[in-house]
Amino acid sequence: MHRKHFIILFIFVAGIAACSKDEIADVFTGFQKPSNFPNTVYHFETNPVTKEGFELGRKLFYDPILSANNTISCGNCHIPTGSFSHPGHSVSHGIHDRLGKRNSPPIMNLAWSPTFMWDGGIFDLDLQPVAPITNHVEMDDTLVNVLNRLRNHAEYPSLFKKAFGTSEISSNNFLKALSQFMLMCVSSESKYDSVIRNQTVFSSSEQQGYAVFRQKCSECHSEPLFTDHSFRNNGLSITSVNDMGRYPVTLNDTDKYRFKVPSLRNLAYTAPYMHDGRFFTLDAVLDHYTGSVQLTPNLDPFFLQGAQPGIPLSATERENLLAFLATLNDKNFVRNTLLAEH
Amino acid sequence: MNTKNFLYISLFTALFATSCKKDDAPAYDSNVKADLSVEFDNVVGAADLALNTGSYTNAAGESFTVTKLKYYVSNFVLTRTDGTVYTVPQKDCYFLVDESDENTHEPLLSIPEGEYKTISFLVGVDSLRSTMDLSQRTGNLDPAGVASDMYWTWNSGYIFFKMEGTSPASTMMGEYMYHIGGFGGMTSSTINNIKKVTLDLTARGVPQVKSGKSTNIHLMVDVLKMFNGSSNVSIAANPMVMFDPYSTTIANNYSAMFRHDHTEN
Repeated sequence: MHRKHFIILFIFVAGIAACSKDEIADVFTGFQKPSNFPNTVYHFETNPVTKEGFELGRKLFYDPILSANNTISCGNCHIPTGSFSHPGHSVSHGIHDRLGKRNSPPIMNLAWSPTFMWDGGIFDLDLQPVAPITNHVEMDDTLVNVLNRLRNHAEYPSLFKKAFGTSEISSNNFLKALSQFMLMCVSSESKYDSVIRNQTVFSSSEQQGYAVFRQKCSECHSEPLFTDHSFRNNGLSITSVNDMGRYPVTLNDTDKYRFKVPSLRNLAYTAPYMHDGRFFTLDAVLDHYTGSVQLTPNLDPFFLQGAQPGIPLSATERENLLAFLATLNDKNFVRNTLLAEH
Repeated sequence: MNTKNFLYISLFTALFATSCKKDDAPAYDSNVKADLSVEFDNVVGAADLALNTGSYTNAAGESFTVTKLKYYVSNFVLTRTDGTVYTVPQKDCYFLVDESDENTHEPLLSIPEGEYKTISFLVGVDSLRSTMDLSQRTGNLDPAGVASDMYWTWNSGYIFFKMEGTSPASTMMGEYMYHIGGFGGMTSSTINNIKKVTLDLTARGVPQVKSGKSTNIHLMVDVLKMFNGSSNVSIAANPMVMFDPYSTTIANNYSAMFRHDHTEN
């Protein structure tokens, strides 16, 4: 072969390689645990994630067929560009624009979550979708109806056959498909993750903010998931809704006004904040922690270390902390075409 | 002893022994399974329960009707008259008795042949099954099927007992609702309303379970006892009880509503 031909061929091959590289983001590679993450808690042994199961779950996730009048899909209140939360909505509007009382939480890194919902009332990811499907203000349907519609659908029986080897649609394989999609919503490509993996470094401000975080936030928002999955009362004022958080789930008085500690990942995409979405900005959140923590029943003792309840932050600490929190935003996650509606 | 006498005695002994053995020969083969149906006959005091139409009065003096009655019975264990115990395989052993559906009133068990002196079962669903993978919760436990009306989606768990109806005593638009569950909690300890019921079968007819026969244990289930018990439940005071500390009072009361009436061998 001529040297010149060889070079042309090389360029041609390189061109193909480049093309396929662009498409890699859209290629299913299965569930992979990020190197800096702990072991998962989901029972993968009873529901291994497959390409077909994941794709079926994705289709179901974005399909309003799951709601009573075919108007609301899971993706309506869990928008991919919002890290699968409902940006801009304190509480979400479901079917017939009925309002709930809690903020739609992001769907990310659920394979590591031992409980679901702000109150932890659900202990298995497979059981989670049943709650919004049957909730009067969300999708207001029954599983029986949903499964019947899927069974009579032109495409779904064959998609279930591909995913689970049977075209028989049961609550088990329906919910396991949804779990497979949600399990794949892994956010682990923030700048913070790159720093931890020694691929880049923090700026000076971010580094100082990291120190502030470790001193004043990581008690609850522990790394690398930025939540310890516990339930705590962070001293929000009690509103007329009087949402008692975890109490109705356990009936233990010590659980009154406790809510699950949310992750701090992807805060840029998930405003507003808190269980009822009362704060629209991170500044408002920090204002709460520095000056507005209320002495309500079961207030977490962490807030009672100083002269007044809360966490003191100097102006510099606050600025640096916000710089650090910004390193937890994962733009690859919110733009991941694999997870978007197809 | 001479030889002749010895022969006679030996022969007599042998015959006697054989005949004895014949008398003791098992009428039942414990290696063979046979049917036993357990009938849950819902009544109110001395009256048969008539859904919607019957009107009854509880110990608090409140009149009421029953529009819905459903409860889980599971984990059946039977003890033979010789004391040996048979546990019905758990996976075949979850039944939802629904007053509005006659087909659910007589759970059918397959147990070894024999005579039985006690039966025990749980009112509710055990904690282990309540937390099992969804693939292990089919049939009567499928939240998309039979259990759809008996499952709390927001606080994962089965409703063990559901009774609804009307009463002029109710401050809740004339209705009352008791939805009782609680298996003890998965991620945090909470109320446990799983009730074990053990009933003696010797006084009212020992079931003789034998292949080819269809033995039936007839239980009377007096729902009035849900109201009238060690602590009387008042509809006026508690028209709606679901996942609530007071539910333990109701569960304690209804755990006493089962009694063995008779056996059809």
